[in-house]
Amino acid sequence: MPSLKDLKNRIASVKSTRKITKAMQMVAAAKLRRAQDAAEQARPYTERFNAVMGALASSVGDSDSAPRLLAGTGKDDVHLLVVMTAERGLCGGFNSSIVKLARARVADLRAKGKTVKILTVGKKGREQLKRDYADLFVGHVDLSEVKRIGYANAQDVARDVLARFDGGEFDVATIFFNRFQSVISQIPTEQQIVPAAYEAAEDGASTLYDYEPDEEAILADLLPRGVATQIFAALLENAASEQGARMSAMDNATRNAGEMIDKLTIEYNRSRQAVITNELIEIISGAEAL
Amino acid sequence: MADTMQFDLVSPERRLMSAEVKSVQIPGADGDMTAMPDHAPVITTLRPGVLRVETLQGTEEFVVTGGFAELGDGLSVLAERALPRADVDQAAYEAMVDEAQAAYSQTKTGSTDDSGALDDAAKLLHDMVAVGTELGLSPKQPTL
Repeated sequence: MPSLKDLKNRIASVKSTRKITKAMQMVAAAKLRRAQDAAEQARPYTERFNAVMGALASSVGDSDSAPRLLAGTGKDDVHLLVVMTAERGLCGGFNSSIVKLARARVADLRAKGKTVKILTVGKKGREQLKRDYADLFVGHVDLSEVKRIGYANAQDVARDVLARFDGGEFDVATIFFNRFQSVISQIPTEQQIVPAAYEAAEDGASTLYDYEPDEEAILADLLPRGVATQIFAALLENAASEQGARMSAMDNATRNAGEMIDKLTIEYNRSRQAVITNELIEIISGAEAL
Repeated sequence: MADTMQFDLVSPERRLMSAEVKSVQIPGADGDMTAMPDHAPVITTLRPGVLRVETLQGTEEFVVTGGFAELGDGLSVLAERALPRADVDQAAYEAMVDEAQAAYSQTKTGSTDDSGALDDAAKLLHDMVAVGTELGLSPKQPTL
């Protein structure tokens, strides 16, 4: 049975924990709004880009001269997994859900006899994956110094990936990130970025464009940008998801701390009562003995 | 015939402009072109340059560093980076030139066989320098 003083100390410590989690929740809420805003702002670009790429890809299509970024290397022996996670923890299952998905994919690809390489973005994923797959690591992009994700960050990642592709290090690249659904739900997603998979406009009545310079030159110019654009979109989704996940995790923690304080307070009052009762019994039995 | 068309200027990070405009002068990779309503559909890549937008109210100018334009029902310019002209001062301009210079040097040392990439980087650098002249800033001379 803990003493009264112990209980009091515990209540005080849980209270201060609650204060911290509450503050973290509020910070996450403010950051979430900003992250969502950024994702929203980036959407028109991504949508337009994909629409144009769809039109281009369908017109150049399956011709032999299609760039390798679109058509692929013709093999799929070596896979590069770009795993994007957060730089910080305390955000519920955010990091582990991506890592879990990536792990399943690695196991799957290995079972099929493919070679797997891993590039991580964000510290947390690296820490978790390093335990099992240290030998598969080819690189890591550190974003811990970045306050607000800009297009330049995505370009850096894309450049890294493209340099490896040009160097023939892999055939297929896939990115792993959390798609932001709502504050309580983020969906771990994998998306293939190399070779690029653009869908042609569905209505079939796509406009016939003139191209300046010719289609292939434009495509060669745009495909690397497409990789950067998709990585940027994924980074933004990820940032919003991270804050959302942190917000709900901290909300839960705050609630749990509140419940714990209630429980401890009851225990504290009970034992105080017991002490008083004990003292009374002692006094009364002392008086009776006289 | 319509005398205005829908124009959108977006960069990856945000939408800079969305309005009905009379015409837009685009710094295309193969030369400048002016897009007016009912222009034939074109997709063109951009070189670094100045985008001149004629709206009903007046002219707006943006400095773009690259990207592409899609001219269909309306005009969408997807710029890698776009800044209102007023925001581009000598320092910002020099930073852009330095960036292009760095990319050029990197290409030069990196690849020896692929002369195409080197030419592209050199052209980018020259275009970037030309932007300075166009803006009336003192052009920064590149080292090739």
